[in-house]
Amino acid sequence: MSVLAGVIAVLEPPAGVSARHVRSEPAIVRWTIIGVSLAFLTMFLVMPLAVVFMQAFARGIGPYLGALTHPDALAAIWLTLLVAAISVSLNLAFGLIAAWAIAKFEFPGKGFLITLIDLPFSISPVISGLVFVLLFGAQGFFGAYLQEHDIKIIFALPGIVLATLLVTFPFVARELIPLMKEQGTQDEEAAISLGASGLQTFFRVTLPNVKWALLYGVLLCNARAMGEFGAVSVVSGHIRGETNTMPLHIEILYNEYQFMASFAVASVLALLALLTLIAKAILECAMEHA
Amino acid sequence: MKISINNVTKRFNTFAALAGVDLDIRSGELVALLGPSGSGKTTLLRIIAGLEWPDNGEVLFDGEDALRRSVRARNVGFVFQHYALFRHLTVFENVAFGLRVRPRRQRLPETEIRNRVEKLLNLVQLQPMAGRYPVQLSGGQRQRVALARALAVNPSVLLLDEPFGALDAKVRKELRRWLRNLHEEIHVTSVFVTHDQEEALEVADRIVVMDKGKIQQVGTPEDVYEHPATAFVHEFIGESIVLPVHVENGLVHFDGSSARLEAQGVEDGRASLFARPSEMTIGPPSDSFLDGIVKRIHGLGPARRIEIVLQSSGASIEVDVPHDCSLDPGQRVSLTPNRYRIFAAKA
Repeated sequence: MSVLAGVIAVLEPPAGVSARHVRSEPAIVRWTIIGVSLAFLTMFLVMPLAVVFMQAFARGIGPYLGALTHPDALAAIWLTLLVAAISVSLNLAFGLIAAWAIAKFEFPGKGFLITLIDLPFSISPVISGLVFVLLFGAQGFFGAYLQEHDIKIIFALPGIVLATLLVTFPFVARELIPLMKEQGTQDEEAAISLGASGLQTFFRVTLPNVKWALLYGVLLCNARAMGEFGAVSVVSGHIRGETNTMPLHIEILYNEYQFMASFAVASVLALLALLTLIAKAILECAMEHA
Repeated sequence: MKISINNVTKRFNTFAALAGVDLDIRSGELVALLGPSGSGKTTLLRIIAGLEWPDNGEVLFDGEDALRRSVRARNVGFVFQHYALFRHLTVFENVAFGLRVRPRRQRLPETEIRNRVEKLLNLVQLQPMAGRYPVQLSGGQRQRVALARALAVNPSVLLLDEPFGALDAKVRKELRRWLRNLHEEIHVTSVFVTHDQEEALEVADRIVVMDKGKIQQVGTPEDVYEHPATAFVHEFIGESIVLPVHVENGLVHFDGSSARLEAQGVEDGRASLFARPSEMTIGPPSDSFLDGIVKRIHGLGPARRIEIVLQSSGASIEVDVPHDCSLDPGQRVSLTPNRYRIFAAKA
């Protein structure tokens, strides 16, 4: 974890062994390694990011704002924020509960549950979307029932939220499990022995103990929720102004050769990602000092 | 408050942590549960606290069934081995925690909470640290915060799990004395777990020696040291000289020859002779069963420690003698136990 990385970085060499001696690679090797990684970063990260903003502002600020304030673009931005807000808050609750269960209790099937939490990381997002189509689509398991009761899941907001939920589930739980395991149950036992109720223990002891890691997980979860393309693409139906999230809207615009508009929306997504990065850096700093 | 523990057993999977434990703790007493790791002492403490439930048996607080009450309702103060201080709260708020989580109707007014916490911080001599966070404290200070926090709720029993285990030797000694004084001041029934015999002997009114989930002996520090009930207690508390012997017709035999020592009622068969290093007298060689050669002499102060290699078995034992005893390495001597205990060998 990042906290650990910080600790390892400041470890000093043992007395009598100079730092130079430990890092004995010749200068040329060092500079080659640094150069290669910098060149790689520039080519694959900095340049594409720059291109996004260059293309977005290619025709000046007026058309840029025009593209962003187009009703379809506004709808896509709104939908993306809405889906992220719903799925992040649900995953916050689920992740916390799952991490709590895994870290503090012993129960049969625990190992299986830990593996299962990682599943969304290892399967393709397309499949994550497809399972919901198979379950709730017109020809799906519950299709007939849903049609009878006029409930729309696929090609509507609930489907998009479900797909996003599945894809982003691991972030909060994964961030919390190791920390909660490490902290053990002594603090909780102490709180209860002092007369605290279960809820008091949770809100006064458990939650404050994991708050930074929780925020960190929420942040990563949010970044992924806003940027998710594959799973959402399968369940959304691409209805312009209705079920298009930002990533989907960007693709549609691009396919219609509206490059400037496409990059304008992309720049907003990129900006959100940059904000996430900054927030992440601040959080990591806070976690190290916690 | 008086605590009675009757025939309590507890298993973790296949491991028997407690195998039928009976114990009475008197009101206002300071009791040490002493034993090696895995002896079940911490499990017993956690069962008294209500953090663990026994498989069988009963725990009574003043004659009332405590097992029907949860930890919250038992009104115990528990001090954890690693203190378990709330890291996001200041020292003051840590101590105030138990007072603040009470249901609204039972909660003290804020000014009274402040007064009470101030008083406790005074008691543990940590008033200047009230605004600090646990990470900013030394181990000994954290320990005292944990103690003040446990005392804040006016517990009827104070339970401490290895209270000095994580401290360095000097702080440990200070805190030991301090805890003893504190107990004399507030007189709350207290039980602490330790694997350190010195700690138990110095602090406790009575010591409960445990091994393998069973109580070996309960007694005052003097009792368990001077009159150990089992071989385990003899070896665990204080230093011991142990010699494998054989009992025949009520007499002790060592390496085939009679030692002219009484077997103290131990039945015929294999047995062990136990003595303290200071309970041996050294005399001129006599072809007795305990002849040996002085190998090394060391030690300063009032006593000298002598390492002697026994002639018969080649085993080496350590004996304490007064500092004016004139002996040289290589000298032949005989040993006579002036006090000893015989325990039958384990089957």
